[in-house]
Amino acid sequence: MSKSNFTRRGLLKTGAVTGAGLAMPTIFTSGAMAFTNEPTGDTVTFGFNVPQTGPYAEEGLDELRAQELAIQHINGEGDGGMLNTFSSKALDGTGILGKKAAFVTGDTQTKSDAARASAKSMIEKDGVVMINGGSSSGVAVAVQGLCQEAGIIFMAGLTHSNDTTGKDRKANGFRHFFNAYMSGAALAPVLKNAYGTDRRAYHLTADYTWGWTQQESIQNATEALGWETVNNVMTPVGAGDFSSYITPVLNSGADVLILNHYGGDMVNSLTQSIQFGLRDAQANGKNFEIVVPLYSELMAAGAGENIKGVYGSMNWNWQLTDAGTQAFVKSFGEKYGRPPSGSAHTCYVQTLLYADAVTRAGSFNPCAVAEALEGFEFDGMGNGPTLYRAEDHQCFKDVLVMKGAENPTTEYDTLEIVEVTPVDQVMYEPNHPMFGGDEASLGECNDGA
Amino acid sequence: MDAIILQILNGLDKGSAYALIALGLTLIFGTLGVVNFAHGALFMIGAFVAVTLQRIFNLSFEQIDPTKKDFLGNPLKVEVPYVEAWFGADVGDWLIDWSVPLAIIFAIPVMLLVGFVMERGLIKHFYKRPHADQILVTFGLAIVLQELIKYFFGANPIQTGAPDAFSGSMDFGVLLGFDPNVIIYPYWRLVYFLFAAIVIGAVFSFLQFTTFGMVVRAGMADRETVGLLGINIDKRFTLMFGLAAAVAGMAGVMYTPILAPNYHMGMDFLVLSFVVVVVGGMGSLPGAVAAGFLLGVLQSFASMNEIKSLIPGIDQVIIYLVAIIILLTRPRGLMGRAGVMEE
Repeated sequence: MSKSNFTRRGLLKTGAVTGAGLAMPTIFTSGAMAFTNEPTGDTVTFGFNVPQTGPYAEEGLDELRAQELAIQHINGEGDGGMLNTFSSKALDGTGILGKKAAFVTGDTQTKSDAARASAKSMIEKDGVVMINGGSSSGVAVAVQGLCQEAGIIFMAGLTHSNDTTGKDRKANGFRHFFNAYMSGAALAPVLKNAYGTDRRAYHLTADYTWGWTQQESIQNATEALGWETVNNVMTPVGAGDFSSYITPVLNSGADVLILNHYGGDMVNSLTQSIQFGLRDAQANGKNFEIVVPLYSELMAAGAGENIKGVYGSMNWNWQLTDAGTQAFVKSFGEKYGRPPSGSAHTCYVQTLLYADAVTRAGSFNPCAVAEALEGFEFDGMGNGPTLYRAEDHQCFKDVLVMKGAENPTTEYDTLEIVEVTPVDQVMYEPNHPMFGGDEASLGECNDGA
Repeated sequence: MDAIILQILNGLDKGSAYALIALGLTLIFGTLGVVNFAHGALFMIGAFVAVTLQRIFNLSFEQIDPTKKDFLGNPLKVEVPYVEAWFGADVGDWLIDWSVPLAIIFAIPVMLLVGFVMERGLIKHFYKRPHADQILVTFGLAIVLQELIKYFFGANPIQTGAPDAFSGSMDFGVLLGFDPNVIIYPYWRLVYFLFAAIVIGAVFSFLQFTTFGMVVRAGMADRETVGLLGINIDKRFTLMFGLAAAVAGMAGVMYTPILAPNYHMGMDFLVLSFVVVVVGGMGSLPGAVAAGFLLGVLQSFASMNEIKSLIPGIDQVIIYLVAIIILLTRPRGLMGRAGVMEE
């Protein structure tokens, strides 16, 4: 008769020990790295991914200036800037959750593949917990996707395409900058007052994600006024000489040219349009007009006198008179001898907002940070009361309508604020067709664990 | 009809720049046998000579204007150009206004010097090396030059306007019997076309009607025989490199009011200009000029909405399509000579 060594008690003991043994590595692992790049020392590192070479290098440099200033303010150096006016008082100038903030930089080159490579390097080699910066929507969408996969937070810089928080929105990505829809919604009433409702518009559009959504947005907004769209011509990015695209405009029956261009393309297409006499022309018994939906101070300076009287929109401008703007302009101006650009502002604010969210969440876990940012309402950052909408991670705030100044005194005041469009006028539903409709989804937050 | 005339004008204008760059490329290739990928950078340097002169004329001292405030609320520092202080407001303003045409005077010696340094310092060491080596080293040089320009002038385009007298546009259609305001064309673009025609004519005349030019042409046809006659052909070819650099530089100076100079403008023109040279026929000066204007006009026509609606994206590929067709039907290009790059 055989005798078995197995007993019920023995089996339970063995099972418990084996189970504990199997569970052990997981417990240790989760303790060692609960989420991607959990900070363990006395510093926490941010990754500032901006164009340091390529056509938007000047904007990237200004973003870096602002990001460095934000780090100083978080660590209690300098005059504190917008921390003095920020409605949330979670940050007290002693770093973030007891850790000093530090940063590394990457060069996006304004190329999606280069931007992803530099972001990947900062995540894997430098252990950054958040990536911020950039001056292109193509880059923003690419880096946002990478951050989602890696399990860290992406605080977008200058990205204006509807897609960033539309069809390409991600749970780990957040945008403070306004978007193309908002530009159209803000500009339309001003254009109606300035040029009336009986207008025929001709669009020249940069042939990539930002241009497409910008054109669609401004076309919808102006057609809602009663304007007719005569034509929309796609132009290659970096075309340089736009003469072949501009010459058909005057005899097209249009009386408004809308330049859905940004950066160097905007400088060239606007300058060349004026050289071809469009601003002096008459069409349909009216003065011919030019509109540039998205302005940037750095590009406006490049366009020189050609922007006089031309309408456009901005996310923020240093000439605003609220306390937050004044605090930031003073801080930035005293340190760098120049007022900050809009791209500098959005990067500065995004860095502070991230640090604040971490402090309020009490954790660097990206999902906890995301939860703290979702639905967050704040003020004192230069744009008035602002909401970080939970459904799409888009900030909603007032939008500025700008016009090229008639008599600028310096290279910094080439634009003047025409109107501060209230946030209610630029709101839209999260499932708006221009933002991916019902199919657009943030997906699940990824903490990389 | 008016649309066609406008696109012909646009094409001639673009073609002027292509032809001027391609002319220099062909001069260098025909004389020295070097495929110079840094030639676009010479065009860019010329443009930045204009920017530099404009900045020199705008060098200013500060005056406090207590009636105005700067962005920090301090009394505004107003910049007063030295040229206005030294020569009076009228002369100072005139110098600033005419800085682009005046830059031609400075560009010629500067570009001759740049060309000389480039040829003697680097390119001459690659005469007997394969074309692939020449392309690599000159391409590398072009990148170095554009990064240097970016370091000193930044990455943003810099507005460099035409003189006020040429900044408007003329009713070109009226001259041709059209109704007013049908064919409007900027004065400066017409000036650029005339300028290109004069420079191209001057280079051809120089080569055709001077002893120096005759020797150079003989050297291009048979370098060895000219050398055996006791003529220092290398020295003359070095001077031709300088001349080609000066032509590219002047083309760059005069192009600044059309396209705000930026550090990568040379690279933008280089590839198209190389296609122009190949289509025209390697080593053929008339071929380079003819192909420059031909491809410029074709590119403009391809940008017309009517054409683009039939073949989307044609404006981006037309030059390359034409190059393929011409090289398939005429492998040496429009006016290429036998034996060039065929060994």
